Amino acid sequence: MTLRLESVGKEFAPGRPVLADLDLTVAPGEFVCVVGASGSGKSTLLSLIAGLTRPTSGRVLLDGEEVTGPGPERGLVFQTASLYPWRSVARNVAFGLESLGLPRALREERVGRLLAEVGLSHLAGALPGRLSGGQQQRVAIARALACSPRVLLLDEPFGALDVQTKEDMQLFVRQMWQEEPTTVIMVTHDVEEAVFLGRRVLVLSCDPGRIARDLTVGLPAERPLTVKRSPAFLALRAEVEDLVRAEHRAHQARV
Amino acid sequence: MTRASAPAGAPMSRPAGAAGPLEPSLAPGAVPGGRGRRVRLLSSAVSPRAAWVLRALSVLLPLAAWQAVSMSGLTDPTFLPSPAAVLAAGREMAVRGELWSDLAASLGRVGLGFALAVLISVPLGFAMGALPWAQALAEPLIGLLRYLPASAFIPLLIIWLGIGEASKVALLVLGVVFFNTLMTADVVRQVPRRLLEVSATLGARRLRVAFRVVFPYALPGVIDAMRVNAAAAWNFVVVAELIAATSGLGYRVIRAQRFLQTDRIFAILVVIGLIGLAIDVLLRLLRARVGRWAA
Repeated sequence: MTLRLESVGKEFAPGRPVLADLDLTVAPGEFVCVVGASGSGKSTLLSLIAGLTRPTSGRVLLDGEEVTGPGPERGLVFQTASLYPWRSVARNVAFGLESLGLPRALREERVGRLLAEVGLSHLAGALPGRLSGGQQQRVAIARALACSPRVLLLDEPFGALDVQTKEDMQLFVRQMWQEEPTTVIMVTHDVEEAVFLGRRVLVLSCDPGRIARDLTVGLPAERPLTVKRSPAFLALRAEVEDLVRAEHRAHQARV
Repeated sequence: MTRASAPAGAPMSRPAGAAGPLEPSLAPGAVPGGRGRRVRLLSSAVSPRAAWVLRALSVLLPLAAWQAVSMSGLTDPTFLPSPAAVLAAGREMAVRGELWSDLAASLGRVGLGFALAVLISVPLGFAMGALPWAQALAEPLIGLLRYLPASAFIPLLIIWLGIGEASKVALLVLGVVFFNTLMTADVVRQVPRRLLEVSATLGARRLRVAFRVVFPYALPGVIDAMRVNAAAAWNFVVVAELIAATSGLGYRVIRAQRFLQTDRIFAILVVIGLIGLAIDVLLRLLRARVGRWAA
């Protein structure tokens, strides 16, 4: 899978672009984290790739094919668990497979495997309301992965979690990505999270949103939590933070 | 006459909070003044036992007052019969069987009329809530019609449909359909956009989203709206029977009026109230079952 954005621009109100002239190529199996000050259009970028919003100009191409609407080959996970509250955990994960018309036996087998992968087999029959925030996000990720997406889009998926749960989830997502190499694009406002998870970190500028910096994270592939204290990590984190802060200041000065 | 605009009391916002007869009254010790009191007002929790005592008092106090007034000799028993007389009149009607046939007639009408109203209003409200163009098309008309008191249509309905069953059922439908449509539309609009977006990314097309996402999400709220409007339907059936009927609880009230049988009128009013309460409880149970996930 190769994702290409060709001079993509988006205006919600005429003359006030949220994103402009954005060019981006994501190679198969990459883990890209997008950071930026609020108002930089991070979520809009993800929404464009998901096909929930159409660009005002430019094109979004997935393996050379233009994205014209949402589809199961681009799985999406939001910050607040948008699970179906009346469906059990297993039936939540099965939703996309039902839409694809997969036979029941295959569906159940696949759901069972995914739930085991995210460590929630024991909660298969529970309703989402009984789950903790971290568990809910695991279900949301499993549900998106059920359709075997070519790219997984994460929109601040751990933004509403407490610090410990968040770290657990970061380790979980990294491990999942290493075991089953999917392409992941993740929007976050947490710079530390971006540097820890990403192989590549994009910093967006504001007014309009553009790619201000495209950084490769040169940390080892195996990243225990302790890597967050290593000098290389801290240096990179500081660099990204400075960039985001500068963008934020510039944005504040303009409004 | 009757509270012809009964549902007007229900807000057009999400009807989940609409108070029903079983809702424990809020803040029983609502005492004005005092800064310290205000805080207590918010945390005025009542133990379950105290709540049951209060509920019993809510019925027993007026009953005792009624008994006291009728025993005091201040009122003519022809105008205000004693509770015992009302009970006796009710028992007599029950034994003679007319109470049951009237009850069956009224329940049959409300069942048919309300079912028709639901069959029209739920799909219509669903469409209005889910499709902006349907909303724009239907809302002005329904918004206007719902302010016309349904009872004012009785003369017209009798001219059009005669004094038979059709005009009564039509009154019920008119009294319920507009409110239930708008309330259903409101509930459907509450479905979070994120849920719809996620469903689209999971490959669900519009019809699938409508039936597998929007409908189940809205269902408990739709039942809530139905519960509020069932009360109106029950009111309207009695109103319809007061005007022109040869059976039904409303008809029985009018007949008792002709013979100045106030004890019978009271007995029937009690029955009307109890049936209304029963309808409410049934719909609450249904709501609780369907909406378990929302609890």
